[in-house]
Amino acid sequence: MMSTRAEKASTVARDTTRRIAMGKRKGIWKEQLFKYVLILCIVIAFVTLLALIIHSAWLGRGRLDLNLITQMPSTLNPETSGMQSALWGTVILMVGVLVTVVPLGISAAVYLEEYADTERWWNRFIELNIQNLAAVPSIVFGILGLAYVVREGFAFGPVAYAGSLTLAMLVLPTVILASREALKAVPDSIRQASYGMGATKWQTVWHQVLPVAVPGMITGTILAMSRAIGETAPLLLVGATTFVTFNPDSAFAGAYTAIPVQIYQWASRPQPEFRELAAAGVILLIVVLLIMNSAAIWLRNRYSRFDL
Amino acid sequence: MTSQTTTETTSNTRGHVPPVMAARELGVYYGDFHAVSGVNLDFNRHEVTALIGPSGCGKSTVLRSLNRMNDLIPKARVEGEVTYHGQDIYQPKIDPIEVRRRIGMVFQKPNPFPKSIFDNVAYGPRVTKMKVDSMNDLVEQSLRRAALWDEVKDNLKGSAFGLSGGQQQRLCIARAIATSPDVILLDEPCSSLDPIATAAIEDLMTDLKQEYTQIIVTHNMQQAARISDTTAFFTAGVDEESGKRIGRLVEYNDTSSIFNNPAEKSTEDYVSGRFG
Amino acid sequence: MSTTTRTDRPSVVLVAQSSRWGEKLIHFWLGFCALSSVIITVGIVLALFTPLPEFFSRVDFRAFFSADPWAPALATPSFGVWNIVVGTLNVTMYALIVAIPAGLGAAIYLSEFAGRRARKVLKPVLEVLEGVPTVAYGIFAFIFVTPLLRDNWPTWLPGDLGDAPGIFSSGAAGLVLGVMIIPTVASISEDAMSAVPRSLREGAYGLGSTRMQVATKVVVPAALSGIVAGFVLGVSRAIGETMVVLLAAGASPNLTLMPNESVLPMTAFIGRTATGDISVGTDVYFTIFAVGALLFTMTFLMNMISIALVRRFREQYE
Repeated sequence: MMSTRAEKASTVARDTTRRIAMGKRKGIWKEQLFKYVLILCIVIAFVTLLALIIHSAWLGRGRLDLNLITQMPSTLNPETSGMQSALWGTVILMVGVLVTVVPLGISAAVYLEEYADTERWWNRFIELNIQNLAAVPSIVFGILGLAYVVREGFAFGPVAYAGSLTLAMLVLPTVILASREALKAVPDSIRQASYGMGATKWQTVWHQVLPVAVPGMITGTILAMSRAIGETAPLLLVGATTFVTFNPDSAFAGAYTAIPVQIYQWASRPQPEFRELAAAGVILLIVVLLIMNSAAIWLRNRYSRFDL
Repeated sequence: MTSQTTTETTSNTRGHVPPVMAARELGVYYGDFHAVSGVNLDFNRHEVTALIGPSGCGKSTVLRSLNRMNDLIPKARVEGEVTYHGQDIYQPKIDPIEVRRRIGMVFQKPNPFPKSIFDNVAYGPRVTKMKVDSMNDLVEQSLRRAALWDEVKDNLKGSAFGLSGGQQQRLCIARAIATSPDVILLDEPCSSLDPIATAAIEDLMTDLKQEYTQIIVTHNMQQAARISDTTAFFTAGVDEESGKRIGRLVEYNDTSSIFNNPAEKSTEDYVSGRFG
Repeated sequence: MSTTTRTDRPSVVLVAQSSRWGEKLIHFWLGFCALSSVIITVGIVLALFTPLPEFFSRVDFRAFFSADPWAPALATPSFGVWNIVVGTLNVTMYALIVAIPAGLGAAIYLSEFAGRRARKVLKPVLEVLEGVPTVAYGIFAFIFVTPLLRDNWPTWLPGDLGDAPGIFSSGAAGLVLGVMIIPTVASISEDAMSAVPRSLREGAYGLGSTRMQVATKVVVPAALSGIVAGFVLGVSRAIGETMVVLLAAGASPNLTLMPNESVLPMTAFIGRTATGDISVGTDVYFTIFAVGALLFTMTFLMNMISIALVRRFREQYE
């Protein structure tokens, strides 16, 4: 519907051109070629992803078994080596990210969307700052974590929660932006009605706005978590040791590693057995991400939009 | 004090009972835009006052400034005063939330909360922490007063979105009266309803007159003539100083006078359909 | 009944019944959470820049910003950061050769040619592409693309360009990185093109223009600042990306723009150094912060340019 008028206009234009000058066929041919080149541009990205998946699945096909998730990594027996410790490490890391970033990110979004007066320079500054933070390279967060989470500041040492906190800071802008979108989608009439009853700001937010925004916030959070789960670079700096043959003691004690770090470690070894393991690990990671993304899309469609 | 000044300065004051609410030289700005200025009105107890006039004349703006809903619009600014039982509600020490608890509001489009019918009505008493003996009784009483009880009594746990537009609007009225306010503001409550639902709302408003002071903005002149006791006619004119369009109050009187014997030519043109 | 009591009340209390401390406390907490993003930025700046005085007391400022060899871990260390900056530029350049045309083409297709249904499918898939872990792209570049390039290298090319790459190749890393940032470039450019008012397009169609003419002569010029914002953000992402270059670009800080050699981009240096055993207080430890500060400054400038361009574009059409 959106572009019917434009389409009609273009059809008319094309017809006229054809009728007026028969020699214009060449132009139409050029038009078609242009379109196919554009399609090719999109296809490049998809084909690369497809090649990546097929290549990894083919290379890692021998290792896509239960050993991959039940066995500990081993340098001596790469043929039965698995990534149990990395799997556990990732689970602990992600729980840490979740409990840290969700309250912080949603609160910040509620402030910016419901409380902040955007005329004030400090609120504009916060928004600008979040926009910039979203584009800071992930490895820089690793340096931040190294300096103020592992060594000084929080001084947690190289434990799993140090990784969680670093990743939480990394995905905080994503959670804030997604939560703000969810809050923006809540119709203003609901807020008006609530204020009109004599409800306070927080009563309005808590009883009326948040319940409607929650599905959108969950979707945004899942997408943010799926970004965190694949992050490797910052973890290299905050102590995700690349070779751990035991599960982490807790979020605050013991060495830990994570799936992408384990994959990186295997991939950088020269023996082909380890490369196969790395490829199998990539497939595992992509499957986990696919599940998370599907859940997010399902949620988005299930509670698509709130229409009055 | 204020009520004394009121009687002295206005010609519109009718009767001897002090008005429930009054506006004195009320003006509203949105940023640099001067939406309406110089409004003087008295709203008498247990009467229906209609605010009529063409689009953009500032009638809705005036209505929203009566319970400080304009506070929610960034850059909105109010000058002059609005008194409620003699108190200026724009004094710094006044809490807008307390104001809105006494001066309820019904909106143009029915806007029930995405909750059950019961929870819609119970929301106000709950958030205002009213001392209620039985919430069930209060909900029933409110729905009865809003003439909705018989239609929804078997479905109180059902979603408010399952109701028809007219029922939703009556639910919004039930919701507003559940907190036992003093004044109810209605902003074109029938503009999105069909004639039958409109008639139901109008009957309801006439019934509610016994207990509440009502102020309604309407586009529909027949509606104003049917249900209101007093009518205020607004129009948008060009401000001599700034050259910009600005809303102003033209005439305020008994509804019968406004419709049958208007003092101003522009009022007559509007109510007889020649303008607007 | 209740109304009678209310209206008969001689003076109605409209002053707040309670001080609503809870409300104020919540407001304060929410504001604090929003401020946390600023605290993080301040933390980044402090973490990166406070070790610099110590670093530059050990390393000569001029020697750092020079083309001296890059060998911070040697017994007689040398800190010519230009080598690894050029390493970053090398990879970024090849990434952009892929990402700019492909990203722009994808954006034009989505905004001007794709039907509603195609767009509804393609846009979320593009989002998913953005979410593929970078380590997966890194392995793909290292284990698949580099050997592919090596085996099919155009050895007839003149001079050094004709040498097939070894295990590492900046070109392979650049190509894969380029594909990786296509979604970034495409989505921002597409947003800009969709924001171009329909009246502009209709005006051109009315004059008998074809779709291609409208896209290239009307929409792209009108959306230019938004499109450039997408490019700049793409550059920022390419400069800051770690895993692909860490795995595929190599470890030799060669001062070259050739695609068939191994280079050490800045992020790869940081990642590689961090995975090794480094003790606090050594020159190498401080070098991480110095390189990090340089990296942050470069990407920060890019991000600010991109944000400013997007804002200017929005003002133009709002």
